[in-house]
Amino acid sequence: MSALFTVHGGAFLALCSMALASYLCRVGGVWLMDHLPPSPPLKRALQALPGSIILATVLPLGMKGGVSALCGLAAALLMMILTRKDLAALSCGMIVVIALRQWGF
Amino acid sequence: MSLSASPQNPPPYAPITWRGLWTGLRLVLPLLPGISVFGAAFGAGAAHTGLTLAEAVLSSGLVFAGAAQLVSLALWQQDWTLASILAITLVVFAINARMILMGAALHHWIKTAPPRWRWISLFLFTDANWIVGMRYHADGGRDYGIFIGAGLTLWSLWVVVTIPGYLLGSLIGDPHVWALDMIMPMIFVTMLVPLWNSLSATGRSGFLALMPWGVAALTGLAIHATWDGYSFIVIGALSGALTSALMPGGERA
Repeated sequence: MSALFTVHGGAFLALCSMALASYLCRVGGVWLMDHLPPSPPLKRALQALPGSIILATVLPLGMKGGVSALCGLAAALLMMILTRKDLAALSCGMIVVIALRQWGF
Repeated sequence: MSLSASPQNPPPYAPITWRGLWTGLRLVLPLLPGISVFGAAFGAGAAHTGLTLAEAVLSSGLVFAGAAQLVSLALWQQDWTLASILAITLVVFAINARMILMGAALHHWIKTAPPRWRWISLFLFTDANWIVGMRYHADGGRDYGIFIGAGLTLWSLWVVVTIPGYLLGSLIGDPHVWALDMIMPMIFVTMLVPLWNSLSATGRSGFLALMPWGVAALTGLAIHATWDGYSFIVIGALSGALTSALMPGGERA
């Protein structure tokens, strides 16, 4: 039982190093923006950035998730455009994915 | 009650209130089922890989990044060398590099955090409180407690579910069937609708306004199709931002 609570030295170092890498990613963008001088191109880049992150994340993941995932994402987006309620959109998308996967898509 | 108020001389910083912490918790509620299963899946994978329970819990508590933790299991060693530590660190950095961009995109709110909370609170920064925070701030909310409350909720749950996942791993069914892999992408996609306003703020019209997003989407898909790993997020997102920077417009905003 005590083996469960052991932390090996090498593993501990690896975990600390991984934790540091994660933390640097978390603060890196904020720190960078503190130090970059504001300019119109930077402002335009930032206006497009959130949506760009989302699309570059979601579409490839949707392709990986198959037909069911893509249909679910489309359903969620459509529901959001129609109702502007995120819970409705989320439920609608989830139901579509689960249903399609039950039927083997 | 406010944790950071000074009534005579109000600071230029965002407030952090108990109410905000509570609201942050409430806003991430829809994400909790998916995150529980994800965290438990990491625990199960860690047990399978040969981490001790304490090491698995430390990973969740310190690294606190699901995809990076899961992928790190593939690189896990019984005997660590400097080279293998460096390799696993670089992989974690690469998978989490998207958060550099997320931090930049949320900088306008994070910079208003009271200084002593700012760098500590960023330890709790995840995709989930990014998306919740973007939405809350875009809707006019300013209470930085939302960021911290959402982060603390996610962190506590993430650490706790690692334990049953580790001990009972084999009992978890297939999360794929219940679409738990899709909750986060689903919430991401719904965010596009309110974000549309920020894109229209560039003063471009119709097709031109959509250009940066289109470039990001196509680049992300192309990179994903050709390269292994998670570089598609960062490269796709940067290409969209760069497109917007190089295009005319934005003077109106």
